[in-house]
Amino acid sequence: MIRDITIGQYYPSNSIIHRLDPRVKLMGTLTYVLSLFLFRGLAGFAAVTAGLAAVVKLSKVPFRYMVKGLKAIAAILAITVMFNLFLTPGEPLVSVWKLKITEEGLKSAGFMAVRLSYLILGSSVLTLATTPNQLTDGMEKSLRPFRRIGVPVHEVSMIMSIALRFIPILIEETDKIMKAQLARGADFESGNLIKRAKAMVPLLVPLFISAFRRANDLAMAMEARCYNGGEGRTKMKPLKYKGRDGVAYLLIAGYFAGIIMLRVWM
Amino acid sequence: MSMILDKVNYIYSAQTAYEKQALKNINLKIADGEFIGLIGHTGSGKSTLIQHLNGLLKATSGGIYYNGRDIYEEDYSLKELRGKVGLVFQYPEHQLFESTVFADVCFGPKNLGLPRKETELRAFAALRSVGLSEEYWYQPPFEMSGGQKRRAAIAGVLAMKPDMLILDEPTAGLDPKGRDEILGQVAAMHRELSITVLLVSHSMEDVADYVGRIIVMDQGSILMDGAPKEIFQRYQELEEVGLAAPQVTYLMHGLRENGIPVDTGATTVEEARESILQAFTKAGKLRQ
Repeated sequence: MIRDITIGQYYPSNSIIHRLDPRVKLMGTLTYVLSLFLFRGLAGFAAVTAGLAAVVKLSKVPFRYMVKGLKAIAAILAITVMFNLFLTPGEPLVSVWKLKITEEGLKSAGFMAVRLSYLILGSSVLTLATTPNQLTDGMEKSLRPFRRIGVPVHEVSMIMSIALRFIPILIEETDKIMKAQLARGADFESGNLIKRAKAMVPLLVPLFISAFRRANDLAMAMEARCYNGGEGRTKMKPLKYKGRDGVAYLLIAGYFAGIIMLRVWM
Repeated sequence: MSMILDKVNYIYSAQTAYEKQALKNINLKIADGEFIGLIGHTGSGKSTLIQHLNGLLKATSGGIYYNGRDIYEEDYSLKELRGKVGLVFQYPEHQLFESTVFADVCFGPKNLGLPRKETELRAFAALRSVGLSEEYWYQPPFEMSGGQKRRAAIAGVLAMKPDMLILDEPTAGLDPKGRDEILGQVAAMHRELSITVLLVSHSMEDVADYVGRIIVMDQGSILMDGAPKEIFQRYQELEEVGLAAPQVTYLMHGLRENGIPVDTGATTVEEARESILQAFTKAGKLRQ
C-alpha cells in the first residue's frame, strides 16, 4: 500500500541518461532549474518543454511513472495557481464578488504551474536515473572545493547516503508494522483528526524503536570495520569522466546559452 | 465453516519495472480444526498467501470465501474478519508498543469494541495460554528477552479469540528450547481451544511433529498438498525446490535400502523408534 511512493526512487534501466556521470546529471539538473526561472514567453516555454521531453525520452523511464510523483505536490500546485490567478492586479477579465481574474493573473498562474511541475519532473529524472550511491558520490566530488573553508563534505554526503539508503527500509518497516496492527484490528482510516492521530501511536512507537535499533546496529557495524571518516579513504568505483559526459556538458551549456539568448532578444 | 481460495493471483507493483507475480492460481480449502503446515523456500509466496487470508492484501484476481461469504464483497467487514482470522507476523515482537505487556495484549480485543471487563479477561487468558509468567505482565515489553516478547506478541493476537490462527515463522531466531516451547504451546492451543492453525515455516523438522496436513509452495504455486507421510515420501522432489524432508525420513529410507524392513512413512522420532524396534524384534524372532 505504502510502497507506491515514487518520489526519490530509482528506476532501473540502461539508458544513456542512466550511464552518465552523476556530476553531469547534477549540473544538468541545476542548469535546468535555473532555466525554468529564466525563460520568458512562448518561445522560452517551447525550449524548456523540448529540453525536458528530450531528456525524459532518453532516460527510458515511462512518463506515466514520472507523473505519479506530481501527485505529491498537487496541493501546493493548486494553492499557488489560485493565488496567482486571483491576486494579480491588472485588467479584470471576469469578476465574481470580490474575486477577479485578470489577464496578467491568468498568464502568471499558467507559467507558475508549468514551472513547478517541470521543476518536479526535471529533478525526478535525476533521482529516477541515478542510484542513491552515485548521487552522493557525485555530490561529494562536486562539493570537494568547499572542504578548504571547513565544510565537512565527506561527512555530509555520508549522512545523506545513509538517509537515502534507509528510506526504502523504513517504508517497508512501516508497511509491516501497519499490517501487523491492522491484523490486530487497528483502524488508521476512520474517525476525526484526534482519533486518527491517536491511532498512529501503535505505528510510530514500534517504528521509532526499530529505527533506533537499526541506527545502533549500523554504527556498530561501521566501527567494527574501522570507519573513521573521510581522511585517506579511497573508493571502490571512483568517478571518471567519459567521452559522453563531455558531450553532455556541451549540450547543457548550449541549452543554457539558448535560453539566455531567448530572454535577451525576445 | 471453512476458508476457500478460488484461483487467487497476486502481482506486486503491477505495471512497473519491479512487477512480480507472487501468487499463481492458488486453489485451497481449509476446514475447521485443521492443523496445517505451510512450507516453502524464501520467496515462494507463503507470506503473501497468508496476508490474503485476513484481507490485508487484495487478490489481483480470484475470490476468497470465509464461512461461505465472499470477503471482497462491498459490505463485508474486514475488521471482523481480522478478529476471526488471527495473523501473527514474523518477528511479531517488533509490533509491541504499549507501556506494559498487559496493555499491549488488550489492544486487539479493545479494537474489536469489546467491553473493558471482557477485554481484560481475554488478555489474562491469552497471557496464560502462551505461558508467560505473571511477573512480566505489568512490565514494559521492551526490556524482556526475545522469547518472552514473542510470547507477549502472540498473546496479543490470541486475545481476539480467533477461530483460525496463522503464525508466520513463529520460531525464527529462537533457540531450540524456545522453539520447542512455542510450538508445543501452539499445539496445545489447537487441542484445547479447537482452533484452526496454519503454521508457516521453511523447516520440515519444525512442523513434522505437530501438523496433520502439509502444503508445499514453490514460486507462487502450490506444489504439494497432503498428509505429512505422503509429502515426505516425495523427498527427492522436495530437495529439487530447496527443501528437505525431516532427518527421520532419510534415516528410514537408508535403513530400508540396507535391507531392514522399517516403515519409511514414519514422520516423527517416536514413530521411527517404534518401527525400528519392531523390525529388530521381528528379525530376532525369525532367528530363534
